[in-house]
Amino acid sequence: MYVADSRASKPASAEGAARPTPAGRRRAAVAPTVLALGTVSLITDVSSEMVTAVLPLYLVAGLGLSPLGFGLLDGIYNGFSALVRLAGGHLADRGGGRHKWVAGLGYGISALCKPLLLLAHSLTPIGLVLAADRTGKGLRTAPRDALISLSSTPETRGRAFGVHRAMDTAGALLGPLAAFLILRATVDGYDAVFTVSFCVAVAGVLVLVLFVPGSSSAPAIETAVRPTLRAAVGLLRHRDVRRITVCALLLGLATVSDSFVYLLLQRRLGVPDRWFALLPLGTAAAFLLLAVPLGRLADRVGSRRVFLAGHGALLLAYALLLTSWHGTFLPYAVLLLHGTFYAATDGVLMAAASDSVPEALRSSGLAVVQTGQALARFACSLGFGAAWSLWGDRTALLASTVALLLCATVSLAFLRPTAREKAR
Amino acid sequence: MTIRNRVLILLAAVIALAAVAVASVLHASARAERRDRAQPGGPRVTSGTVTLTTPGRMVFRNMAWGPHRDELTTVPASDPSGPRTASGVKCLRFYAASGTGVCLQAVHGPVSDTYRALILDAHLRTRAHYDVPGIPSRARVSPTGHFAAWTAFVGGDSYAGTNFSTRAAIVDVRTGKLTSSLEAYRILKDGHAYHAPDVNFWGVTFAGDDRTFYATLATGGSTYLVRGDLHTRTVTTLHRNVECPSLSPDGTRIAYKKRVKGLPKDAPWRLYVLDLRTMRETPLAEPRSVDDQAVWRDNHTLVYALPGDYGADLYTIPADGTGKPHRISTAAVSPAYLTQ
Repeated sequence: MYVADSRASKPASAEGAARPTPAGRRRAAVAPTVLALGTVSLITDVSSEMVTAVLPLYLVAGLGLSPLGFGLLDGIYNGFSALVRLAGGHLADRGGGRHKWVAGLGYGISALCKPLLLLAHSLTPIGLVLAADRTGKGLRTAPRDALISLSSTPETRGRAFGVHRAMDTAGALLGPLAAFLILRATVDGYDAVFTVSFCVAVAGVLVLVLFVPGSSSAPAIETAVRPTLRAAVGLLRHRDVRRITVCALLLGLATVSDSFVYLLLQRRLGVPDRWFALLPLGTAAAFLLLAVPLGRLADRVGSRRVFLAGHGALLLAYALLLTSWHGTFLPYAVLLLHGTFYAATDGVLMAAASDSVPEALRSSGLAVVQTGQALARFACSLGFGAAWSLWGDRTALLASTVALLLCATVSLAFLRPTAREKAR
Repeated sequence: MTIRNRVLILLAAVIALAAVAVASVLHASARAERRDRAQPGGPRVTSGTVTLTTPGRMVFRNMAWGPHRDELTTVPASDPSGPRTASGVKCLRFYAASGTGVCLQAVHGPVSDTYRALILDAHLRTRAHYDVPGIPSRARVSPTGHFAAWTAFVGGDSYAGTNFSTRAAIVDVRTGKLTSSLEAYRILKDGHAYHAPDVNFWGVTFAGDDRTFYATLATGGSTYLVRGDLHTRTVTTLHRNVECPSLSPDGTRIAYKKRVKGLPKDAPWRLYVLDLRTMRETPLAEPRSVDDQAVWRDNHTLVYALPGDYGADLYTIPADGTGKPHRISTAAVSPAYLTQ
């Protein structure tokens, strides 16, 4: 039976890991590798959110295209991106851990997409460039999270992921602002936005190459498992991995997508149109503020508990949306709960999964969990849309609430604390 | 490599990248000066008084480079390529009827641009303004001047998001009562009540009875012409594959853009006219893809915009499928013909 943390709490790569915490000292420094990866994510998110923020305006005002019907390929692409993610995870594990280089490839592809946007002037090429951009994102996610988990001790993993997610979200908030300032300083300056976005993305790749240590050949890993494709699939035979994947999947099936949450906020709580574009910022702000505290909480009380509690926050958000009570603070409360849900689940799930996946298969294992969750959420979007058409928004939301309650109850039984958590 | 060397490499790279970034921003901001100078051979534009009650004139957004770029401008309807009189009021989209104008414009805020709809009186003074939730797309005023409508694109909000939606709003300009989204209306599709999260409305056009309007409803990958009722707050589907409808002055026909099979995804539309009595479709003689809500100059002629060297140019075409398109104005968009 391989439990990754059986080899005491020795970090995989000595160079990038936090020093083992002496007993009694509560605060250990976050590993330099985590800070470096957080910086890479921050810079990359500035770059990508710059483009995302101006894209609708660019299509409509800059190119005179009608953006409706543009999302038709999204469904097909979702399946493809799941494959890319699994492939990225597997490639990163092979050859004794090439996490850094696979992640670097992902960041590099996304960076190269930015100047390509300058050349694409019609819908099909623009769609292809965006698909390539998302392929880059799919490739890099699992290896990056594996690097974060491998360079922190199990006792500080929650916080390490929290710090990373907070930095990532900070970048996502800064990007649109940067894009707006460029558009303000120029006339139709979309070319300038894409060029600056490219320069920023290149800087992100450079920080990765220069400051994130490549996996040391770590001889200890060789003895555990060989990172073959079969071993990656075989992970699901391992009870702990299977349980966390099944829970992520179950809970994902009852997680209504962000755009539906914002639509419901507007329709059910009467949020005025002018605030609609700002709703995602509310979620992001709460995520940013709570990622580190909730990550630390996960280290203290167990990441699985925090992961489940995060879904409790989501359940509460659904309940508030179901009330037909129009309080002025209600939308804020829903956004705060929605951000809390992300802060308590996004990085925390990776921390929880890292506890069960052996080091040699860390990327593949995390990719399996992420993919299961992403596909479940996509299925939920389809189901929710269909339920809305059949029964209307309130009943669809009521059904999701009941489903979430059921899934959370099943998960509660499934995710009993591991031995390590019990020991605390 | 030592930390010191890595930091030096990063520093050098960041300086080089910053230089490229700054150069691209400077290059793009230099365009502002070019656009403030009138281009040689372009239409002559002078400032003057523009009213919405002078019969025989066409009012539109002037796109010609120079100091009056984007301003509401007027020309005689009989000489649309002649000298232009600019009003000083800037709009992205515009329409007017019976002395009421609707002007969709950008508001430059400190951390982002927002959009609003102005209701203008005959002297272009603002009577009311409303927030518009996204990039303005279509604008219309009812023939009576009592109602105004507009459509905006609301952008996707996810990573590299490609999901867009539209919001169509209608306001009673006499009372100020606003319906901020037609999604609040009851939908009757093929005789049954219908609701779905993917419902989008755009391109409202009004009849002269202050009660009936037409618009496009999109859901489940199809578009429909709907007839709306402002009293019962209901819309009813009438016909498939109709976008950006425009009702003829006599109220018998709808000019619209139809998505025609086999055309490229970027330019999928052709102009058609639908007879509301017989439901017969007539293709118009414009061979290019038109992405505009056409305007009826009279009961026989349509005016619409196509991309041009300076944004857009205006064309006319007979509404019965005969003839061929004629360019009547360059660097112009959002025309309205004044009748009283």
